[in-house]
Amino acid sequence: MSNTEEKFIEIDSLDKSHEEMTGQHIGYRYDVNLVPDLDFITPFLQEYIEKMGWKDLNWLEDVHMGYEGDQAAVFDRNVNGWVTIPDTIELPNNQQERDMIARELLIKFQMSENHPMVDLNAAYRKF
Amino acid sequence: MATLKDTKSHDMGLHEESLKGRTQQRFFSVDESSNLTYFNSFEVDTDKTATIDALEMTPREINIAIRELMESGVGSITVENPMSRHGVGVGILNRLNLTFTDSLGYFGCGLIDGPNVHIKGRVGWSCAENMMAGTVLIEMNAGSTFGAAIRGGDLVCRGSVGARTGIDQKGGTIIVGGNTGAFSGFMMQRGRMIVCGDAGRNLGDSMYDGVIYVGGEVEELGIDCVPGEMNELDVRYLSSKLDLYGIKTPNGAEKMHKYVSGKMLWNYDKLEPHEKKVAL
Repeated sequence: MSNTEEKFIEIDSLDKSHEEMTGQHIGYRYDVNLVPDLDFITPFLQEYIEKMGWKDLNWLEDVHMGYEGDQAAVFDRNVNGWVTIPDTIELPNNQQERDMIARELLIKFQMSENHPMVDLNAAYRKF
Repeated sequence: MATLKDTKSHDMGLHEESLKGRTQQRFFSVDESSNLTYFNSFEVDTDKTATIDALEMTPREINIAIRELMESGVGSITVENPMSRHGVGVGILNRLNLTFTDSLGYFGCGLIDGPNVHIKGRVGWSCAENMMAGTVLIEMNAGSTFGAAIRGGDLVCRGSVGARTGIDQKGGTIIVGGNTGAFSGFMMQRGRMIVCGDAGRNLGDSMYDGVIYVGGEVEELGIDCVPGEMNELDVRYLSSKLDLYGIKTPNGAEKMHKYVSGKMLWNYDKLEPHEKKVAL
C-alpha cells in the first residue's frame, strides 16, 4: 500500500476490529456513507446542478474519491471502471473536499465526447 | 438428436471480438470538456412547455410523444390523463421537467437519468426502478418495491409506501413522508433511505451498506441491520433534504433514528462460515 493511500484510510468509519478479526480488509478505503457538505461545492458543480434544476448534489451524493491501485480515482458507474485523478491535482486533506474534486472530474469525463458511452450509444442505440 | 456445431459461433464472429474488458484505457484531459449535459442528449429549454393528453394513447405512444417533444427542444412537459398506465415516463436520459396530473401504474418513471418528475397522484409497484439521477416526487401513496435498485437521485413519496421499499438500493435517496412496509431496505448496498413515519418488519434485512433514517417506530430490524449514531452532519443533511420537498418528520430531524449495516455478512471467501457464526 502506498503512502498516499495509507494517509487517507485512517478514518473512523472503517471497522478495524472486524478487519483484524477476519485478517483481511473488506469494503472501501473511504467513507461510503459520508453525506456531502455543500460548503465545499465547486463553482463548476454549482453550475451543473443549476442547469439540471436541482437544489443539491442529487446523484453525486454517492460519488466519492477512492483508489485504483495506488492512485486516487473516482468510480464511473456508466463504464464500470475507475477514472484516475491526474497527479497534477493536489489533493486536500479532508474527504469532503476530495469528494467534490472527484465529482467535478467525473462530470467532465461523463459529459465529454471522448467518453466510452458515446461509442456504445452509436453502436447499440435502438431508436 | 441435434448436435452443437462450434463453427456457428465462429461464423458469427464471436471469436474475433477483442474483449479488452477492464484493461481498456481512455485518456481524457480535464480541460477538454465543460459540457453540463450528456454529449448525445437533447438540448431543451425549460421555458418551452407542452401538454400531452394521454386519454386515448398507449404507454408506448406516450413515451414516444415525450421523446419527440424533447427532440424539438421542449423542456417542460405535462401529461394529462395518464389513467394509471404502466411503464410510462421510462428511459428518459435527459434534462426535463415532467408532470403527470394523475396516477401511474407499475414501473412508472423507471430507468431515468436526469429528469425532474412530479406525479400528482399515486404510483403502482416499482416506481422509479433503476433510476440513475434526477428527482421524482409523488404526492400520494406508492406501491411495493418503491425505488427498487435505484442508483442515484431523489425519489420522494409524500404518502406511505408498500413493502420492500428500496430493495437492492445501490445509491440515491428515497424519502417516504408516511410509513413503509416490511423488508424495506432489503439487501441495500448504498445510498440513503429516510422514512418519516413507521417502518414494518425486517427493516434493512441483509443490508451491505447505506443508511436508513426512521422518524417513527420500527417493528423489527432485519439480519445485520444495527442502530447507528446520529451526528451533526446527519441532522444537517436530513433537515436540508426534507426542507427541499416540504416534508416534516413528527419529532424533528434530531430525533430520527439511524440504522446501518452491521457488516457481518460482507465476506464471500473461505472465511464465510466463521463470519456467519459471528453474525447469527
